[in-house]
Amino acid sequence: MTTSTPSSAQPQRLSLLHALSRLFRLRARTTTLIAAFLLLMLVVMALMAPFIATHDPTALSPASRLQGMSAEHWLGTDAYGRDLFSRVVYGARVSLSVGLGVAVLTVLIGLPLGLLTGYFRAIDAVVMRVMDGLMAIPAILAAIAIVALTSANLWTLMIAITVPEIPQIVRLIRSQVLATREEAFVEAAVLMSTPTHKILWRHLMPNTFAPLIVQCTYVCAAAILTEATLSFLGVGLSSEIPTWGNIMAEGRTYFQLKPALIFWAGLLLSLCILSINLLGDAARDALDPTMKRKDG
Amino acid sequence: MFAYFVRRLLAAIPVMLVVALAVFLLLRLAPGDPAAIIAGDTASAAQIESIRVALGLDQPLHTQFYLWISRLLQGDFGTSLISQTSVMGMITQRLEPTISLALAAIVFTVLIAVPLGVIAAWRQGSFIDNLVMSVSVVGFSVPVFVIGYLLIQVFAIELRWLPVQGYRHLADGFGEFASRLVLPALTLSSVYIALIARMTRASMLEVLKEDYIRTARAKGLGERLVLFRHALRNAGVPILTVIGTGFALMVSGVVVTESVFNIPGLGRLIVDAVLARDYPVIQALILLTAGLYVIINLLIDLSYALTDPRIRY
Repeated sequence: MTTSTPSSAQPQRLSLLHALSRLFRLRARTTTLIAAFLLLMLVVMALMAPFIATHDPTALSPASRLQGMSAEHWLGTDAYGRDLFSRVVYGARVSLSVGLGVAVLTVLIGLPLGLLTGYFRAIDAVVMRVMDGLMAIPAILAAIAIVALTSANLWTLMIAITVPEIPQIVRLIRSQVLATREEAFVEAAVLMSTPTHKILWRHLMPNTFAPLIVQCTYVCAAAILTEATLSFLGVGLSSEIPTWGNIMAEGRTYFQLKPALIFWAGLLLSLCILSINLLGDAARDALDPTMKRKDG
Repeated sequence: MFAYFVRRLLAAIPVMLVVALAVFLLLRLAPGDPAAIIAGDTASAAQIESIRVALGLDQPLHTQFYLWISRLLQGDFGTSLISQTSVMGMITQRLEPTISLALAAIVFTVLIAVPLGVIAAWRQGSFIDNLVMSVSVVGFSVPVFVIGYLLIQVFAIELRWLPVQGYRHLADGFGEFASRLVLPALTLSSVYIALIARMTRASMLEVLKEDYIRTARAKGLGERLVLFRHALRNAGVPILTVIGTGFALMVSGVVVTESVFNIPGLGRLIVDAVLARDYPVIQALILLTAGLYVIINLLIDLSYALTDPRIRY
């Protein structure tokens, strides 16, 4: 996912407006449209969950446990008699908020750090050593360890997933700044004794947006995957909260009896990650012509 | 070459120090008293105090770090808080399943992904190329545990070709060992296959444009020889890099796959340790994984220098 974006991206001379207008003129490939539609459906499902769900997703009903599909329970019920359809619908909420939250947090922390490391040599030396160290710890282990220390709620979970994603973003922004600061317009700004914060804000930052948007989609997809993995392993959010990972983790025991317990949540989770990845690829093709040529 | 090796080795030291510091601070940064966290909710004040002294938590922070690091360097990773046995012993017991799983997955990956990537590049834009590329996007997006359960459903439950779950040691006979390893290894390799097939294709596309490929074809060499002898060998360096960057995928894949298939390896060990809040085990496993990551990347950089005479240091 994240590895398909080169850390040595060519400098993009695209303003944010320019970048956005290009985004909206994406090659109208059917796959991109289908992906956008799928994601939109999932977002609507998450926002409207109370209206779409047919039951309370946490209501226990031991009398009607492990039922098959019926008019009453569209996808059947789980081992506690809870309505599977309603649980799967509500599961979209956690996944999408974690994906969005982590993407935003990563930018809020990674963008300033990347700008500073790219511009100031002294900061660069220290911060990049720390980033190298953090990169050596696989994301899932770092997230597991952070969650283990704190009781998992939505916030600690998002922070735990954000921390291992930061080095990638910092590296990307830094390489972009390193390339841009050699440009004539930056040199001119320095010679005109433009204040440093203004150079960073007005000249260097806008040039990082194109690759940043692309990378953000991959971070979002990776975050959703990590959250589901943590839930699945039993170290994520409390099992009372319906998340796709939790639904699948609980379905494991009765999997051989009733595969649907795992199947539906797994399907939606896969479709969600797939559509975000496809949109990321489309954004990359539209914003980063060098990558497009290289990857075919 | 030797100077380069030494320089790279020295550069790995600050990285490992940062990792060690992060792992050390992990426990200290936790909200609340670490001794109380370790002792659990039911411990008395005296019990908490004895844990504090036993772990050296009453010492100043830098002394603690120094003591911890010097024990690590002597190979002492501490004692598990739960089983009260040495962490190193627990890890070595779990090595065999994890190594077998990872090696089998790498074999599957190379056997499946490299030919797919080569063919996709050879027939760029064809049906088979589009198929390989689409399947690889799906491979990235479908979580490892979903793939695991799909494979179990199809090959173990419907077709009954292979066992559902579990692990047998190699010492108990190769047939039992291998039949239980096929599905987990395929599961684990799914992301890797997607990644390597993509990379092989991209790398081959670059190489196939080169003059020496045209020369090789012009002098009448068979297409298979051109592809695998002339092109693939030169396309190898970027493929090697991906194996290094894909290490993180491998680790998270191992953790998940071992859970899905009930394999008693290192991945299960860390999940069990987290659920039991067994901090020394968590710390040791993170340190070892990070160390392995650094070593693998070092070896890959060195192998460039050895396989590609154009790269000089």
